[in-house]
Amino acid sequence: MLLAWTWMRASYQYPLSAAMMTVASFVVNALDIAAIWVIFAHVERLGGFSLPEVMLLYGTAGLSFGLADLLFGNVDRLSGHIRSGSFDTVLIRPVSPFVQVAVDRFSVQRFGRVLQAAVVLALAVPQLDLTASRAWMVPVMIVCGFAIFVSVFTLGAALQFLLTDAPEVANAFTYGGNQLTQYPLSIYGGELVRGVTFVLPLAFVNWQPALFVLDRDDPLGLPHWLRFASPLAALLLGLVAAAAWRAGIRRYRSTGS
Amino acid sequence: MPPRETVFQLYLRIALYGFRKHSTYRAAALAGAFTNTVFGILRAYVLIALWEARPGLGGYDVVDAVTFCFLSQAAIGPMQMFGGSLDLARRVRSGDVAIDLMRPASLQLWSLADDLGRAFYLLLVRSVPPTLIGAALFGLTAPQTVWRWPEFGASFALGLLTSFGWRYLIALSACWIDDDRGVQALSGVLMSFFSGMILPLTIFPGWLGAVAQATPWAAMVQVPVDVYLGTRGLWEALAFQGAWAAALLALGALATAGARRKVVIQGG
Repeated sequence: MLLAWTWMRASYQYPLSAAMMTVASFVVNALDIAAIWVIFAHVERLGGFSLPEVMLLYGTAGLSFGLADLLFGNVDRLSGHIRSGSFDTVLIRPVSPFVQVAVDRFSVQRFGRVLQAAVVLALAVPQLDLTASRAWMVPVMIVCGFAIFVSVFTLGAALQFLLTDAPEVANAFTYGGNQLTQYPLSIYGGELVRGVTFVLPLAFVNWQPALFVLDRDDPLGLPHWLRFASPLAALLLGLVAAAAWRAGIRRYRSTGS
Repeated sequence: MPPRETVFQLYLRIALYGFRKHSTYRAAALAGAFTNTVFGILRAYVLIALWEARPGLGGYDVVDAVTFCFLSQAAIGPMQMFGGSLDLARRVRSGDVAIDLMRPASLQLWSLADDLGRAFYLLLVRSVPPTLIGAALFGLTAPQTVWRWPEFGASFALGLLTSFGWRYLIALSACWIDDDRGVQALSGVLMSFFSGMILPLTIFPGWLGAVAQATPWAAMVQVPVDVYLGTRGLWEALAFQGAWAAALLALGALATAGARRKVVIQGG
């Protein structure tokens, strides 16, 4: 916490720049939803889903991803630490290396994403006439989605012990995962959807539980019980990610500089 | 003043060095190509869903829309469509720009040559492979005539110049506000949204579409892709891009002159 606070104070040493970054963060997120607005200016339904339904998917994905990115998104700087040798310093401090890398350059601007997703979700839910017997799943899916994205960030970081020169590979799964889950998975090809259901379980961030919330049939005809499997998927992926991170730390060799 | 030919050779050499400098980061470029491909596939599915519901939207058919998607992904590396910085911005912050300004060569042309070398390398590594993978997975629109290739090449090159002109101004802004990260972030937003990177500008409704189509960012992605697809008149497209490129480069020249007087050398 103290480390995160220090980085926040540091960023406000350049007030104009910090203000612009916060503005940029709001504008990025406003334009992000503007893309969906442009799409629905032309169509009633996308992949069989209406605007409020897509907003539910967008809001839950954005909230899960935004929280994960806010707290742990900086683990993708790991390769920089490894290359410059500053990861050695991280390892000898008496705080978990994971926490240290995560709060390094903690930036409050990322809060803009969380806020915007929460607004979108708050606008979507009243338009959907959800009953309490189904709406209880919404907070559950946000928590599980958060856990899944944290695991994906961790896996991406663990990968950087192997691919020190190519940290961008992880972006395909972290930011790509966010992009993927903003839209109904029914628009993607069947193999891709099976892949993100059974291999990298991004379908459990919001798609499967949202099918339950919206009381819809799975367009791919996957088993009904999968809609309740998000906590299980989050737990399994979390265990894999933790194991990968530990294996990465064990494998780490200092650059010696 | 050395003869003209030597000056040209100097900048050619800088461009070659730019190419070689970036070719040492092969793993990073390949990782970028991988990420561009993944995002290209995800975006393509969204566009396919949209165009299947509304065939012919914005003057494109489904295949054109997917082609648009992969060609715009191809622009990311060479044109740095997410606001990627020039090395110059870092040199302004560190004060090294003082040395650059003392060199007996134009700072702007020097940076341009270096950036074009970088762009050409990334074009080979980050643009061509994702486009080929997109073509293999989805099938892309082939150019209608052989002449389309040089036309697209010219338009893409003007797009590169416009992109450089814009990013040079952003980098030099650090001379006035010391920390350029905020401008950088804002620039990334404008570049990615108003260039057509997120959705083609031709489907933006009403005044938003009209404004977006007139911006310099449209000259970077939307216009070259339209030239490739044949949905925009060639000379009109090149004139539009040329005007923006010239305007931004001229502003850049003015800013360079201003920076010479204004530059704050950090840390002595």
